[in-house]
Amino acid sequence: MTSAIRLKLENIVKEYPGCRANDGIDLTVGAGEIHALLGENGAGKSTLMKVIYGVIQPDQGRIVWNGHEVRVDNPAQARRMGIGMVFQHFSLFETLTVAENIALSLPPDEARNRARLNQRIREVSERYGMALDPRRYVSTLSVGERQRVEIVRCLIQETTLLILDEPTSVLTPQEVSTLFATLRKLSKEGCSILFISHKLEEVRSLCHTATVLRQGRVSGDCQPADISANDIARLMVGDDTPISTQVTAAEPGATLIEIRGLGWKSKDPFGTSLSNVNLDLHKGEIVGIAGVAGNGQDELLKALSGEIRTGTGTITLDGVNIANLFPDQRRKLGVAIVPEERLGRGAVPDMSLADNALLTASGEGLVSRGLVRSGRVREFSREVIRRFGVRCTGENNTAGSLSGGNLQKYIIGREALQNPRLLVASHPTWGVDVGSAVAIHESLVRLRDEGASILLISEDLDELYQLCNRLGALCDGRLSPLAPTSELNIEQLGQWMAGEFESGEVAHAVA
Amino acid sequence: MLLLERRPVPSSLMRWASPLLALVLTIITGFVLFLVMGKDPVEGLKFFFITPVSDLSGLSELGLKMAPLLLCAAGLTVCYRARVWNIGAEGHFLMGALGASVMAIQLSESSGFWVLPLVLLTGVLAGMVWAAIAAGLKTHLHCNEILTTIMLNYIALNLLLFTVHGPLKDPFGFGFPQSVMFSDSALLPALIPGTRLHLGLAFGLLAAVAVWVLFARSFIGFQLNVVGQDHRAAEFAGFGVRRLTWFAFLIGGATAGLAGASEVTGPIGQLVPQVSPGYGYTAIIVVFLGRMNALGIVAASALLALTFIGGEMLQIAMHMPKAVTGLFQGLLLFYLLTCDAFIHYRIRRRKAALQPLSAAVTTASQEA
Repeated sequence: MTSAIRLKLENIVKEYPGCRANDGIDLTVGAGEIHALLGENGAGKSTLMKVIYGVIQPDQGRIVWNGHEVRVDNPAQARRMGIGMVFQHFSLFETLTVAENIALSLPPDEARNRARLNQRIREVSERYGMALDPRRYVSTLSVGERQRVEIVRCLIQETTLLILDEPTSVLTPQEVSTLFATLRKLSKEGCSILFISHKLEEVRSLCHTATVLRQGRVSGDCQPADISANDIARLMVGDDTPISTQVTAAEPGATLIEIRGLGWKSKDPFGTSLSNVNLDLHKGEIVGIAGVAGNGQDELLKALSGEIRTGTGTITLDGVNIANLFPDQRRKLGVAIVPEERLGRGAVPDMSLADNALLTASGEGLVSRGLVRSGRVREFSREVIRRFGVRCTGENNTAGSLSGGNLQKYIIGREALQNPRLLVASHPTWGVDVGSAVAIHESLVRLRDEGASILLISEDLDELYQLCNRLGALCDGRLSPLAPTSELNIEQLGQWMAGEFESGEVAHAVA
Repeated sequence: MLLLERRPVPSSLMRWASPLLALVLTIITGFVLFLVMGKDPVEGLKFFFITPVSDLSGLSELGLKMAPLLLCAAGLTVCYRARVWNIGAEGHFLMGALGASVMAIQLSESSGFWVLPLVLLTGVLAGMVWAAIAAGLKTHLHCNEILTTIMLNYIALNLLLFTVHGPLKDPFGFGFPQSVMFSDSALLPALIPGTRLHLGLAFGLLAAVAVWVLFARSFIGFQLNVVGQDHRAAEFAGFGVRRLTWFAFLIGGATAGLAGASEVTGPIGQLVPQVSPGYGYTAIIVVFLGRMNALGIVAASALLALTFIGGEMLQIAMHMPKAVTGLFQGLLLFYLLTCDAFIHYRIRRRKAALQPLSAAVTTASQEA
């Protein structure tokens, strides 16, 4: 065994009740290698990472670390061995400073000498181009800066294998290039990096090698720079699934929605307030709102759905101001909403699909004189399942038992079958398998062609560029100007996502 | 080492087996308790569970105790389905008894078919008013309903005590704290002639049917379920959460108020301080034991009614203290909550520390 191999996994098997998450996975990461781990949601990436980081123990298989077979009992042991991990959802205390957060994960004797720790944080962060002030409170940091704290926390512990779980999903394009520069520098110094992602272009530009997982098994190893993104996608989804949607050009009609001076003040000190949002939506077009998570997307959605009402400004739908109407009243006027959280907001997990149809579609003749017409509810539910290709055994399945993609198809279908005039969809393909994502995109385009206005809120820039005919970005509750997608380059959009625009008044000028 | 591990899906078998298991454990514990106290356990359990229901008059007494339990439980089911933790059925019940009594005493000179409905309606309204206080405190001031309803129970009790010791006291009652006897037209007719069983049980069964219709058929029942299971989905769907909270409280107040009114116009026939042996609290156990299900609460209210009568039987036959009723009820709830944990969890033995690795090494070497 050569010393250049840092980590070698052999035949890793991990079984959960009813699901074999890892089914004999082999993986080899060399020293200083940036290795991508690709796969759709549910392919077993997270499980494999948890095995390496000692969060869970494999049922079978060997882990060889620097030539020695090891057993990783827990994350603390993984850190002592030199394995660091940055999770997709950061584990930081917002009310503590950067240094305090880092101290928490260090052995007590190292954590105690705070002056020396501050010094080390500064050294490490400057060396890798990630400026950080150790005395700042985490609550004041941007998402990108928080990620730096997580990475610096790993590097301070002399990490020789850094695992990053979808690190770019929370970053603007500019922040992504800074992160990649850091990772390349680390790699040159011999630190191995395991990079989990499903953004293929990123993987192609950054990673030396890639392992693709599908349904718990390795479906291929490749040099991502040498083959096309399409070929990688094929490895991820198999041969029988369409990879992308063909989107025809939109033919926008008359103005349907006018939003003027929309504002809302958050009561939560860490929440986002909306300020002076102006936006026009035409019939038969898809308008995309980009932005890094937590910049007011959810608030904008709630202001449109009616879950937030006590703000300023007007929302005019076909000449009627709906800003003060309740969600059910707006739904009657043709407003349909697909929220970001599928389970626990868009659908009740423990209720059947039929009951979940009743959640928003009661206006479709499913209720008469206060009584539920369960025959019609089932019929409506079966119609959604059939027309939108929801994979399930029937309308009696609980919402929680469906995969993310299937449930999302069901929720979109439920809204689409009500013939909405306005559909607001937030992250509709987040965590959804490629096949379902294509189906979801197709149903959005179909709805657009039937004359509905669609507002698509997403962090996935590829999706926005593919589907939308106008794009803007939210930053800190402010909406950038909107520009036709064909005239908007990604650098400009990145600047808007970072908040570099004049607020408010230009938004409808470009429209 | 034993581990409590979350089940991948909640066990539906355990959902219904848990109340039965709790009953069995309660009986076993009762057996041990009788032994420790030096009483014959078989005899004791027989007096508690079997003797009370061995003849018609026993059964009618059971129905008599079932009526208020079932009525209170029906209203509480509506509340608890929506996760409105109303503990105030006792207070609604007492206010219902008080309200009905005030009206009955006002009308003691009148007769006619309208007297009884008016008396009962006053009781219902009094219960609703009491529930409305807690509802308003919750929806407008965000006060926790568990605390407010418990406190309102004490206020209701003291209000009732004040009235029977004061304004409503029978002037010719030799100073006893009780009201005058109501006139016949303000009394509930008997269901079975010759027994004390009155129309209240029919109200209870009707309420159970209404609960069934509400949750099996109606849209508002569906909305209540959504509020209970997933608050954010309810807000997203635009079901007025505040409106539904009021609805649940008012139904809870109405049924418990009716239970209180039926009690004073039924077996008692006047207002007395001991109008409730804790029906409103016991009804909480009924709802959980009956799995918040219409048929379930009918069965559970029969069982809990039995604990009241069985407790009395033990006092008389075996000279046991009155606390035995509360003890059995408490044991039942305790075991029920314990067994309910196994709906979502199961026990698994932790594997020995190094076993998986050595097993993996052998498979790997075999393959090689």
